[in-house]
Amino acid sequence: MGILEIKDINKRFGGLQALGDVNLSIEEGTVHAIIGPNGAGKSTLLNVLVGKLEPDTGSVTFEGKSILGLKPHQINQLGISRVFQTPEIFSTLSVFENVMIACFAKRDGAFQLNPLTSMGGEKDIHEKVEQMLLDVNMADKRNEIAASMSRGDKRRLEMAMCLAQDPKLLLLDEPTAGMARADTNNTIELLKEIEEKRGITMVIIEHDMHVVFSLANKITVLAQGTPIVEDVPSKIKGNPKVQEAYLGGAHE
Amino acid sequence: MFGLDKRDTTLFLFVVAITLLAPFLLNPFPTESALAQFNAGYPDLMQRFVIFGIFAIGFNILFGLTGYLSFGHAAFLGVGSYAAVWMFKLLSFNIIPAIALSIIVAGVFSLAIGYVCLRRSGIYFSILTLAFAQMSFAMAYSVLSNPSFNLTNGETGLQVYASDPQYLKGDGPDLTHLFGLEMNATKTLELGAWEFQFNTGFYVCAVFMIFAFYIAMRIFRSPFGLMLRAIKTNQTRLNYTGINSRPYTLAAFVISGMYAGLAGGLLAATDPLAGAERMQWTASGEVVLMTILGGAGTLLGPILGAAFIKYFENIFSKINDTVLHSWFSFMPESIDNFLVAIIHPFVGKGWHLTLGLMFMLIVIFLPGGLVDGGQRIWNRITGRSRTQNEPVADPKPAE
Ligand SMILES: Nc1ncnc2c1ncn2[C@@H]1O[C@H](COP(=O)(O)OP(=O)(O)OP(=O)(O)O)[C@@H](O)[C@H]1O
Ligand SMILES: [Mg+2]
Repeated sequence: MGILEIKDINKRFGGLQALGDVNLSIEEGTVHAIIGPNGAGKSTLLNVLVGKLEPDTGSVTFEGKSILGLKPHQINQLGISRVFQTPEIFSTLSVFENVMIACFAKRDGAFQLNPLTSMGGEKDIHEKVEQMLLDVNMADKRNEIAASMSRGDKRRLEMAMCLAQDPKLLLLDEPTAGMARADTNNTIELLKEIEEKRGITMVIIEHDMHVVFSLANKITVLAQGTPIVEDVPSKIKGNPKVQEAYLGGAHE
Repeated sequence: MFGLDKRDTTLFLFVVAITLLAPFLLNPFPTESALAQFNAGYPDLMQRFVIFGIFAIGFNILFGLTGYLSFGHAAFLGVGSYAAVWMFKLLSFNIIPAIALSIIVAGVFSLAIGYVCLRRSGIYFSILTLAFAQMSFAMAYSVLSNPSFNLTNGETGLQVYASDPQYLKGDGPDLTHLFGLEMNATKTLELGAWEFQFNTGFYVCAVFMIFAFYIAMRIFRSPFGLMLRAIKTNQTRLNYTGINSRPYTLAAFVISGMYAGLAGGLLAATDPLAGAERMQWTASGEVVLMTILGGAGTLLGPILGAAFIKYFENIFSKINDTVLHSWFSFMPESIDNFLVAIIHPFVGKGWHLTLGLMFMLIVIFLPGGLVDGGQRIWNRITGRSRTQNEPVADPKPAE
């Protein structure tokens, strides 16, 4: 039994079968990559996992409990964090405040009525944020307003927010899209380090094969909403089905 | 000090000083001078400054922080006033029980309304709050005022009559008071050509406003306040970060409702009367204007906005043609008449026009409100460059 079990998920958008009979088991402590051409349904699958979409059929269990029908904040509080394909951050707040919110959510839960607590007194939160910013190499940007940063930095910030929560499962939707080469390599290093040090289970969607092959223990290829191959990285490259999906499939 | 950092302490002490010295600051012109009509340092108006300051400070906690624009907050103010007058009718003219009940009733009322309205956001939320407030207005105006059950006394408004029980009154004063200190007592200080008025009612309200400001400041600087700001920026991200935004918005709604109730209670405390017109949508709109004009989401903005609008309402509306003629009488008659004809639409009954124009200018050129304007001027004086954190355009996503 994996930490995350996805069974017989179907999702239609009108006439479009975005997900068809998806079965997937994510093993605890692994990095599982999901690849596939544009429009294959990768992001839709993540949307189902985080409570953004309700599938038409099927079940999703996390650590043995069903998470279908839960609200996004409830799913997050169970230990699932997601980095979105287009960065979702608090753009009018500073980098520091962005990470702070994630830390508060982790420590205090979904709601805490503390209007008279002084933020200055939250020493443990401040330390945690400082540490997190060091980890992602953003300590010098702590006071910058998030909106003013480059796309790559926004992604790193979003990753820092997710990591600050010490999730059990981290879902990454194209974490290096729009990043410069150097930043991509830094991100790979960061994710590798996290995987080794903290053993966080990760599901990573990525078009950049360099990233996929540097990180993944297992790869699932999704084409037109259905997993067609699941294997270890070394066996994926030569697989004729994969080549066909990418060359003959829905690739733009 | 008081759990505030150094900068906030300075700001707080500044507000305290300005508020307590208001009778001096608002009366800069000698009593007999032609400019004396621009003086705002008389009790009635000063009370309004601070009471509506409280209303706007509270409104800003909801609108300024979370971005939820309520068009119905006057309902809570009105409810607060009714609650206070009922306490005067039943107990005594002591304002403390009255104000306590105002806050409680407004809190309960806003909990119920907020619970329903916050199921929607954006324009739908605004429309829902407006609908609720208009319903409350209609109820107060007619439904809850009939011979068998008269809660609001309809069109006439709720007031205290000699026949009311006032069980705790004993031989206490016949006017609103704070443990014997009469609210309408005024001491006048004459200094040369100047005259300054110190009114008990104003100082009582001022202390409440300072306290209200202090609480707002603490909220702004708390993790709770941070979550409210996060709701305004990106509610989706907040939900996916494990925060349930609904109770946060509801708490902000109730807190701002209680502020409105306090303001309503104080209005009744300075003048023991409550009418349905206090709940009308124009009154709800006014607090929106105050907050935006002063600077939504800033600490000082709502106070400035409230003072600004109340000043216009009371000072500009009093300038009539006779006053205008007296200003320009030194000029030839034709020019005098011409100038009066031009200025006429903007003053007296036309003060709304001036206010509307000002509002437009501020929203267009100073989107951050008066506080933003003040900051720009300050930066110009001190030679500091404009805000460094201007957002940079997002580069096109690479797919
Ligand atoms: N909310 C929605 N309503 C209707 N159609 C949708 C919705 N979300 C996704 N789709 C469609 O479902 C299909 C799968 O989309 P999805 O975003 O999951 O693809 P993807 O694999 O993430 O692609 P990419 O690599 O471009 O991000 C696409 O055809 C898309 O247009
Ligand atoms: Mg996608």
